[in-house]
Amino acid sequence: MAARIVKEFTKGLWKEIAPFRFVLGLCSVLAVTTDVKNGLGLGCAVIFVTTMSNVLVSALRKIIPDKVRIAVFIVIIATGVVIVELTMQAYFYSLFLVLGIWIPLIVVNCLVLGRAEAFARKEGVMLSLADGVGMGLGFTISLVVVATIREILGKGTWFGLPVMWEGYPGFEFMIRPVGAFVCLGLLLGIMNVISARGRRKRK
Amino acid sequence: MEDYLMLVVSAIFINNILLIRFLGNCPFVGVSSSMSSALGMSAAVLFVNVLASLICWILQKTVLDVFGLEYLQTLVFILVIAALVQLVEIIMQKVAPPLYRALGIFLPLITTNCMIFGVAVLNIKEEYTFMQALVYAISTALGFNMALILLAGIRERMDSTARVPKLLQGVPICLITAGMMGLTFAGLLGLAK
Repeated sequence: MAARIVKEFTKGLWKEIAPFRFVLGLCSVLAVTTDVKNGLGLGCAVIFVTTMSNVLVSALRKIIPDKVRIAVFIVIIATGVVIVELTMQAYFYSLFLVLGIWIPLIVVNCLVLGRAEAFARKEGVMLSLADGVGMGLGFTISLVVVATIREILGKGTWFGLPVMWEGYPGFEFMIRPVGAFVCLGLLLGIMNVISARGRRKRK
Repeated sequence: MEDYLMLVVSAIFINNILLIRFLGNCPFVGVSSSMSSALGMSAAVLFVNVLASLICWILQKTVLDVFGLEYLQTLVFILVIAALVQLVEIIMQKVAPPLYRALGIFLPLITTNCMIFGVAVLNIKEEYTFMQALVYAISTALGFNMALILLAGIRERMDSTARVPKLLQGVPICLITAGMMGLTFAGLLGLAK
């Protein structure tokens, strides 16, 4: 059992890492990654929502009627999102302003609904918890990776601290929407190369 | 009148919902691999987007604002959209079977299209009037359709003629293409707000 929990947790971190392996939840990855702080903030919100929805869906899986399950899942997820929204508004107001519309939009992040439908509805509470935390964490890691590349190249800073040499002009392309698409596309390409190499080695 | 024109131009070209505002990217990547599915998705999105954002607008102004329930916005909007999509599916199946056969498979996908939800929320956030919300919903949907159909055309062409490096095949090249399209749209920046 313990081994299985570890397995479900770690698969979200590399083998099935969210926006890279499956194209789920792409919109927020593209939109909030102009700097690392925003990426991390949204990532934490997503961890909370996936974990909560996974645990609740799994705990209620025997009493949710099959026909209306999607609607029930959506209500559960929306509740989680409202909790996050109100908490952020109260304690992290500046982050709340920057993320703006992207916090309510977690509700339509396919990753969250996808985990409820594909995993939590069939598995036990502990496994779903591990899966939810792992998937959320994987999503956060991807956000931070994309944001790191974009912030360092685009503004010459990381987490607001200057990391490039003095007078670095900033490669504005990267913080523009265009840069997000190109950066993510190239990252997916690099992931493909790494996976292909791993497969060849195993043979 | 000029205001509305500005709103239309801005929503379609300058702040294109897909390429600049990043709403609705999942179906953008998913269905753009063939022209016929892109066209089907476009029609379905136009229909649901207009209907959903108007219903959400009315609910916000007549129920949520009046009773001080603004914090339920997220919950109510997503339920409206999910129910509406289901309803449209059932009605279409009964009333217009040919249309249902053409659009049917795209309708369930729309529930998780963040553009529908996003436009509904933006309408409230920007404090649009009813007419403005209507115009905004139509023009964002048109902007979405234009970008989707253009990308589908480019991708079909690319599959048959271009030699894409193996590591970039599929989703990566699609994203990079979308980025290049975004670059052309960014050239229009400054035409209007």
